[in-house]
Amino acid sequence: MNNKSGFILRHPPQVRANHWFVAIVFILATLSGLAFFHPAFFFLSNLFGGGPWTKILHPFVGVVMLVAFSMLASREWKYNRVTDADRQWQKKAMDIMLNHPVKMPDIGRYNIGQKYLFRTLLGMIGILFLTGIVIWQPYFAPMFSINLVRLAVVAHGIAGFITIVAIIVHIYAAYWTRGAIRGMTRGTVTAAWAKHHYPGWYKEMSKGSK
Amino acid sequence: MVQQSLNIERRSATTTPSPGVRHSVEVAKLIDISKCIGCKACQAACMEWNDIRDEIGTCKGVYDNPADLSAGSWTVMRFSEVETDNGKLEWLIRKDGCMHCADPGCLKACPAPGAIVQHENGIVDFQQENCTGCGYCITGCPFNIPRLSPKDHKVYKCTLCSDRIATGLEPACAKTCPTGAIMFGSKKEMITQAEGRIADLKERGYQNAGLYDPKGVGGTHVMYVLQHADKPELYSGLAKDPQLSPLVIFWKGIAKPLMSYGLGVAVLTGIMHYVTVGPNEAEEDETEK
Repeated sequence: MNNKSGFILRHPPQVRANHWFVAIVFILATLSGLAFFHPAFFFLSNLFGGGPWTKILHPFVGVVMLVAFSMLASREWKYNRVTDADRQWQKKAMDIMLNHPVKMPDIGRYNIGQKYLFRTLLGMIGILFLTGIVIWQPYFAPMFSINLVRLAVVAHGIAGFITIVAIIVHIYAAYWTRGAIRGMTRGTVTAAWAKHHYPGWYKEMSKGSK
Repeated sequence: MVQQSLNIERRSATTTPSPGVRHSVEVAKLIDISKCIGCKACQAACMEWNDIRDEIGTCKGVYDNPADLSAGSWTVMRFSEVETDNGKLEWLIRKDGCMHCADPGCLKACPAPGAIVQHENGIVDFQQENCTGCGYCITGCPFNIPRLSPKDHKVYKCTLCSDRIATGLEPACAKTCPTGAIMFGSKKEMITQAEGRIADLKERGYQNAGLYDPKGVGGTHVMYVLQHADKPELYSGLAKDPQLSPLVIFWKGIAKPLMSYGLGVAVLTGIMHYVTVGPNEAEEDETEK
């Protein structure tokens, strides 16, 4: 692990590429979706060439999102099991968020907040895809009963909202945790960062190389 | 009919008031089902005035032709043979099409600004140039009226001949109806007209004759005189008490404004957290054991 100058590889290039591809697609899906979410956001449809183009593109962007996210999720699946250390971490979550000094439990590669985010996105992207199919005019919507379409359109909006809030939290948490973004852009983090935030993972990584 | 320009009362996906200084008379079309002979002249007149030609369909073994509304058929006659209480067979023929609700579910559901407008005279009109083809209006309509065109992915329905009315003409269907079953005028006049006709029908043994102007959608600007107003469902499933779907009301009225604020709050919370608590930094000397 410890390559020159004490950096640890956190995310290999394939994961980084996959993550940023999902991120770009997510932004496109969000901006195009918000245009239909509330009139206050309709101006965003101008970014996609107007209302009809936004309506045409959004569902296809969603399908790309589903595929790209599924690839990322299958890569990260194994790191997202909740452990006892995670539960201890959760008890200290408030102190951690307020930057109080805490003895960090021996958590692995991800903390429980990240694991919840993973589960939320997994569930919501699934719901967004299924409800998105039901309301997709003119290809699929006519195949479903009007009440199912009504329900799907509401569920799609709510799932979209939850997803966007989850991503706002994700972006902020990454920014707030100094050194984390480097892990996803350059792929490496400092040993000090790993030890501070993920002691269990740090120990595992140091064991492997010594 | 008074000549009137079409002032806009409401626009879809618009949160500020529409121009509302001028006022015009509320209009209505009154369809007296007890006078309808099912000749379909109204369908032909609608096609002719609006220059729409539907695909030639196939015979379904019933009089309904075309079988359903479509982007190219904005009104259809629906024929139902009904056995009434006294064992009498009645042929109930209903001219189906947009009801021009005072509280239009399509307009409420539409996310595209100005794609659906409600004129002050009560006409609900689709402005196809603003339509994105999302089909939300279809989910909003309690009468199952709007139809998405497979050709251009825009939604179409009866305009109540808003273009004719703007110049003081009556709708094409009303103009052509040979029995006078379709009448047009101010909503007030039409209600008075209906009352006279209903009294007539009652005298002739239709005790439950009445006006169909459902309150669940704030009343409509297309009204029916029904021989059996107590059972509107006899008329090819006309809704007894049409309402906007609670899902649509929740979605557009509550969930979306609330969630829009929620997104703002989420971003603001992040900023406030950062400026009050500060970043979460790992000390570089922590690795020293």
